[in-house]
Amino acid sequence: MGKSNVFDLLGPIMVGPSSSHTAGAVRLGGMARKILGDEPVEGTIFLHGSFAKTGKGHGTDLALLAGLLGLLPDDERIPDARKLAKERGLSVKYEIADLGEVHPNTVKFDLVGRSGGQVQVVGSSVGGGTIVIHKINDFQVEIRGDYPTLVILHQDLPGLVAQVTLLLATAQINIASMRVSREKRGAQALMILETDQAINDAVLDLMRKLPKIEQVMAIEPL
Amino acid sequence: MRAYEDWVIEAETKGIKLSEVILQDQIQELEQTEQGLFQRMSANLMVMRESVEAGLIGKRRSLSGLVGGDAAKVEDRRKKGTSLVGDQISGAIAKALAVAEVNACMGKIVAAPTAGSCGVLPAVLFTVEETCKVSEHDLILALFTAAGLGMILTERASVSGAEGGCQAEIGSAAAMAAAAAVELAGGSPRQAADAAAIAMKSMLGLVCDPVGGLVEIPCVKRNATGAAIALAAAEMALSGVKSAIPIDEVIDTMGQIGKQMPCALKETAQGGLAVTPTGRRIQADFL
Repeated sequence: MGKSNVFDLLGPIMVGPSSSHTAGAVRLGGMARKILGDEPVEGTIFLHGSFAKTGKGHGTDLALLAGLLGLLPDDERIPDARKLAKERGLSVKYEIADLGEVHPNTVKFDLVGRSGGQVQVVGSSVGGGTIVIHKINDFQVEIRGDYPTLVILHQDLPGLVAQVTLLLATAQINIASMRVSREKRGAQALMILETDQAINDAVLDLMRKLPKIEQVMAIEPL
Repeated sequence: MRAYEDWVIEAETKGIKLSEVILQDQIQELEQTEQGLFQRMSANLMVMRESVEAGLIGKRRSLSGLVGGDAAKVEDRRKKGTSLVGDQISGAIAKALAVAEVNACMGKIVAAPTAGSCGVLPAVLFTVEETCKVSEHDLILALFTAAGLGMILTERASVSGAEGGCQAEIGSAAAMAAAAAVELAGGSPRQAADAAAIAMKSMLGLVCDPVGGLVEIPCVKRNATGAAIALAAAEMALSGVKSAIPIDEVIDTMGQIGKQMPCALKETAQGGLAVTPTGRRIQADFL
């Protein structure tokens, strides 16, 4: 294993009992909420593998729900997530599912937001509270929530990537990593950018006005 | 690969504490100020203190209903003055149980190095605080000594039960706590390394076999025995007892043993206590 630091060893400050099954689960719920970009009102949580088998004893169900409500892993209201969800008008149901060849601690969220928007998110808790979001709707992604992240759905077109990066450059936003993929030449494509600085609404508005851009999601770090 | 020995030699040469060497390393590594790192570490100490207090009076039960209330039992007996092992060891046992119970009951803790082993380090630190005259500043510094050893443990072996068994979790926590205790009690960097080595050696081979896969049985009680081992190791080192095998070699062998350990005994709940008749029954009843 590579170099670690003192806070990898002492921390996180979290509600127990398990960094992967509790703290990581809260973060997965939180990322799903951010990707939905709205207050969730309805959802199905599909539990896979170890989340399904030992989740109950680790409070994984409560932790995922707490994350959907926007709670952080050290929030002592996590055990009361069910009550809190009721108060806020979020109703979820849980299902045990086989999500295929994925990490044992994997979950799929099927969410509906207050303003009617819907999203499907698949993510895994990969140890020590770190997470990876693998899938948003039908798109394979890899989002860890360490950086502000832009997910842009667009038509595969020459010069579009340059237009997006130009907007970021003009706003003094530095790109930390970038991944571009597409279904096939000229079809729908996906751009995922992690940035060092937060992405403000003005930049997002300009991006949404670019031709052939279908959807722009800005996900804050968690 | 880094070695704890390098930090020990640096501390000896400069005539400073191990924690100060590690703090300087982290200031460079994380590109943060000393004050910033100190503040962040002090937040950890505060939550550790709160988790001890919450657990000692705790009447909460875990989700399975199997854990809770044991810390208070040990603390009550200690307060009556009837402890068999004396104030320090009984206090450390009570505190370690307290924090581990808080964790099992979905309370707030600091993973140290993991959530499952979160009771060992606070139990040992606050026991030393009650015994020796130490300041808050010293306690925070000692957390750097502990975390520094943890970094070496992660880099040369593992602190994950799934990778290395319980020796990697409670064993690492005990070694980290032993080193921190020696520094707090005024021992030398060399003695801190010896204490860490002695503690780790005492935990080698311990498997991770949680009943039902939950962080409850035997994890909570192993936090208490881990704390007692850490204090025994610190006591030996402070008395001048040396570890024949140096700390980095002990860490390497812990990593090797972890690799040799079968998967059934690494957090999968497919071996050890988890598959005893009672273990299976508990799992069936709850799940």
